[in-house]
Amino acid sequence: MRHDHLLSAGQLTREDIEAVLDRAAELDADPGAVGDRYADTLLALCFFEPSTRTKMSFDTAMKRLGGATVDMGTVESSSVKKGESLADTVRVIEGYADGIVLRHPSEGAAKLASQFVDVPVVNAGDGAGQHPSQTLLDLYTMRERAGLDDLTVGIMGDLKYGRTVHSLAEALTNFDARMHFVSPESLRLPRSVQFDLHDAGARLREHTDLDEVLGELDVLYVTRIQRERFPDENEYQKVAGEYQIDAETLDAARDDLTVMHPLPRVDEIAPDVDDTEYAAYFAQAHNGVPVRMALLDALLGGDDAGDGAVAADGGDA
Amino acid sequence: MSDPERELRVSKIRNGTVIDHITAGQALNVLAILGIDGDEGVGVSIGMNVPSDKLGTKDVVKVEDRELSQGEVDVLSLLAPEATVNIVREFEVVDKKRVERPERVVGLLTCPNHNCITNQDEPVESAFGVVDDGVRCEFCGEIVREDIGDHLAVH
Repeated sequence: MRHDHLLSAGQLTREDIEAVLDRAAELDADPGAVGDRYADTLLALCFFEPSTRTKMSFDTAMKRLGGATVDMGTVESSSVKKGESLADTVRVIEGYADGIVLRHPSEGAAKLASQFVDVPVVNAGDGAGQHPSQTLLDLYTMRERAGLDDLTVGIMGDLKYGRTVHSLAEALTNFDARMHFVSPESLRLPRSVQFDLHDAGARLREHTDLDEVLGELDVLYVTRIQRERFPDENEYQKVAGEYQIDAETLDAARDDLTVMHPLPRVDEIAPDVDDTEYAAYFAQAHNGVPVRMALLDALLGGDDAGDGAVAADGGDA
Repeated sequence: MSDPERELRVSKIRNGTVIDHITAGQALNVLAILGIDGDEGVGVSIGMNVPSDKLGTKDVVKVEDRELSQGEVDVLSLLAPEATVNIVREFEVVDKKRVERPERVVGLLTCPNHNCITNQDEPVESAFGVVDDGVRCEFCGEIVREDIGDHLAVH
């Protein structure tokens, strides 16, 4: 099965994921393995929200594949500021580039874009919705550190608005992971994500206290509690400190625990964790390049791409 | 024997559609789905909270000189899963059908997620897949289970 777009982690099968991760490992070892196939390939970077890692790693990935990128720039400097619709923007950019990487503040934006263009669209984050390419690099990191089978994964922080969480949880259902979700009551997983997880037969539990599960975890995936989401600063202050970890917190963890974070972090992981064996978040960010090289190779490479190109029919929002 | 009190409430129509066994309280939403707001010049009769052996109470809508399409009938199922649709010609019921749940509904509902792309100024119709006990936005994934009538785009 071959897909045209990557919009949601829900469209990825285990086979799809493993194909991309295997290809990423190949390209990590030998970035020149694709030869000059992408010498004439242009990738459009359309970021309607700020981004550092995602944008730069897609940019780097395309260039390491031998291709080039065109960048829409900031919203303020584009025609979006004049009121142009997303549909019109992507239809114009389709004429310039061979693929579109899209970040947008509205949920479902990548799905909409995919309906207006024939070139592949990669969802690089749509509001509080999905961030499937982040999930691929998260899984790559987990596989390097702990494997992907028989994992007990804790996911902590803003589970309601955290798009990386939504994508990761859906993808983990391919691997029958045991999932523990740790958050304030006000930031629990949204109903739609719970629906998909239950539909996939996921084994999950929800907690408000990390201590309840820390000792069981193979992986602890920490996300930032987003202050800007709280209507009341006092409500934020009540919960923020409860979801921070430091080296002392991890005394109760297993020695082989892997701590991950999509970054940027603010204060949810103290700097004293950085130098411990637990910390994987900077390696995780570095993995964005080979993983996105593999993803682009699968989506843009046609029949010449590595075996088992990413399956994506664009059918999931 | 017919019930004279009920006949007084909602009289027979010559030609058109009678939608019976509508979930009590949903009659106005049914009219909204059908795009009927009274300006069409056709006769519309509404019975609300009418006693019903089957449902306890029900709503009934009679629309004169208009026959519903199958698509309209299917969408009714979201608001009134027990509804029956009677097509009337010359005072006789010539066709009677139960509603069936469609697989998806397009352009009829607005997504309750204000941050969904379908609520921005984009040239796209809303689209919802029908799930076991509600509908789900095909763009953002939002699920609507209760009060589907509150999200009718045709309000």
